[in-house]
Amino acid sequence: MRSKPATTAASRPLSAVLVAGALGVVGLLIVAPLASVFYEAFARGVGAWWGALADDPDTRHAIWLSLTVAPVAVAINTVFGVAAAWLVARFRFPGRSLLISLFDVPFSVSPVVAGLALVLIFGRQGLLGPTLAWLDWKIIFAWPGLVLATTFVTLPLVVRELIPVMEAIGPEEELAAVSLGASGWQVFWRVTLPNIRWALLHGIVLANARAMGEFGAVYVVSGHIAGATDTMPLRVEKLFQEYRQPASMAVASVLAGLALVTLVAKFVIERRLEAESRDLEAARSLPDSLDHTKVEGAVA
Amino acid sequence: MPRRRLLFNLLFTATAATAFAADSGPITLLNVSYDPTRELYREINTAFTKRYALEHGKPVSIKQSHAASGSQARAVIDGLDADVVTLAVWPDVEAVAKSGLVRADWQHRYDNQSIPYHSVVVFVVRKGNPKGIRDWPDLVKGDVEIITPNPKTSGNGKYSFLAAWGAVITGGGTEEAARAFVTELYKRTPVLDTGARAATATFSQKGLGDVHITFESEAHLEVDEAGGELEIVYPKQSIRVDPPIAVVDQNVDKKGTRHAAEAYLGFLYSPEGRAIIAKHHYRPWGDNPPPPAAGEAWPAIETFTIETLGGWPEATTKFFGEGGVFDRIYQPAGR
Repeated sequence: MRSKPATTAASRPLSAVLVAGALGVVGLLIVAPLASVFYEAFARGVGAWWGALADDPDTRHAIWLSLTVAPVAVAINTVFGVAAAWLVARFRFPGRSLLISLFDVPFSVSPVVAGLALVLIFGRQGLLGPTLAWLDWKIIFAWPGLVLATTFVTLPLVVRELIPVMEAIGPEEELAAVSLGASGWQVFWRVTLPNIRWALLHGIVLANARAMGEFGAVYVVSGHIAGATDTMPLRVEKLFQEYRQPASMAVASVLAGLALVTLVAKFVIERRLEAESRDLEAARSLPDSLDHTKVEGAVA
Repeated sequence: MPRRRLLFNLLFTATAATAFAADSGPITLLNVSYDPTRELYREINTAFTKRYALEHGKPVSIKQSHAASGSQARAVIDGLDADVVTLAVWPDVEAVAKSGLVRADWQHRYDNQSIPYHSVVVFVVRKGNPKGIRDWPDLVKGDVEIITPNPKTSGNGKYSFLAAWGAVITGGGTEEAARAFVTELYKRTPVLDTGARAATATFSQKGLGDVHITFESEAHLEVDEAGGELEIVYPKQSIRVDPPIAVVDQNVDKKGTRHAAEAYLGFLYSPEGRAIIAKHHYRPWGDNPPPPAAGEAWPAIETFTIETLGGWPEATTKFFGEGGVFDRIYQPAGR
């Protein structure tokens, strides 16, 4: 990206207005609400905050539930995302563009609709309802339903992150490895994965953040059973409606804190990604200098 | 316990071992209820757990699920594993029964048509009642804005609608007058929340509207929490709220929890249960209902019931069915 000469004398007041406007909007829409969540959560001291989280078994369970549902959904998405990205980046086949568009469906469909769709398939009166009842498996209104809903809404995040990176890297290194006698797994672990790791991590971090915060789809399939199927975001709403605002804000602050951690991780990873693409360009222009140890060194 | 259950779930799905399904641990009941009863059942559950252990020597734990009554009925029909349903309105329990989960005679299994407590629909207004709201006609005067949930999904919403309609009819008004009144009333409703509790939050915590039409029980909770900022107004007459209960036969038979589930609902009719119900400002059924607090009497209010408006089956279709009265009179705000 080439930057233009930033301002001319005439546009300076205009740019000042725009900058002030942008800062104002960010402050009002992002910083102020976030700060107020933390303020409310800690208004009665750290002890009260901790008590609100640790003393209520239903809240404890909600935190525990979110911490188990999100990683499982993210793990599923990681395996799926790598496989799917590899498929569309390395092969040309009929229906490929359609498949890429389908990856985006979870982004364009309202999460509530996603939840209802799961109920229509796995619910008691759903397509698989009688089979599931016969097997005595609980999907909807139980842990597997929460995982399914979360996986659905976070599905595009990993695969969408990987496709452009894999396409940019190209198949040359993988082909070289194969020609030297490497097996499929060797190619994946030693060539493909090292090349995409930062993009993959970026996708995982984003998917995890979305998974932790998911409300709509999970709301539909949860069944709202306190101490059983309420995840952290659902617990925030429930506590708020039960006039337990400090407790509600304490749980909200945990979610917001996780978001901030995500933000930092995202920032670090994005810098790595940029460094990586610079290295890639350098390697392209000077083939002799293709030296993986250098990249390794940068990582450590 | 929650952690154990989760591990159990994990193991369960991972191995698909149906043999594990026969959990020999303590009996767990799931009470699927409507929005405003969270505090009531929390206390009922604690008391019942003690009582059941005392009388039958078996530990029982009760899980609660609360949301808009109609959505809850729908969830049970779709497979939410309720042992008992304690919903806001007759049509919601009947819908669960129609799906085959509850036997058709559910209304005759407990006293008073399986309705252990009543409530009435009242108004909550802001401190000092600045808009001077005393009775139903005052709701459509001046610039009064009204908060009430969506009658399509919420039992509280249904009762608010029926109370408004019935207030005109029982006062000698015609159906046309009733229709004009509810049309004007819902024009003054800036939002229709899906459930009673969300509407309460809209009025008391988000500060929208001048009057909140809700159950007496919910009104008391709302006013107590508001620290002097809100007041209850009893209109001259209102509808009697009859929330029914039922054991979900198919689920309790599958889980082997029938005994505990039936005892749980029976507890609502016991002296101990009635006292807790009264404490939460629900009016217990039966003679000499205990007062909400010692020395405090239940405010007298003239009530009519759903039978005045033709009974639930007719009212459900007429008012809330597809293309019914509500569909025809309600225009979402901004149109």
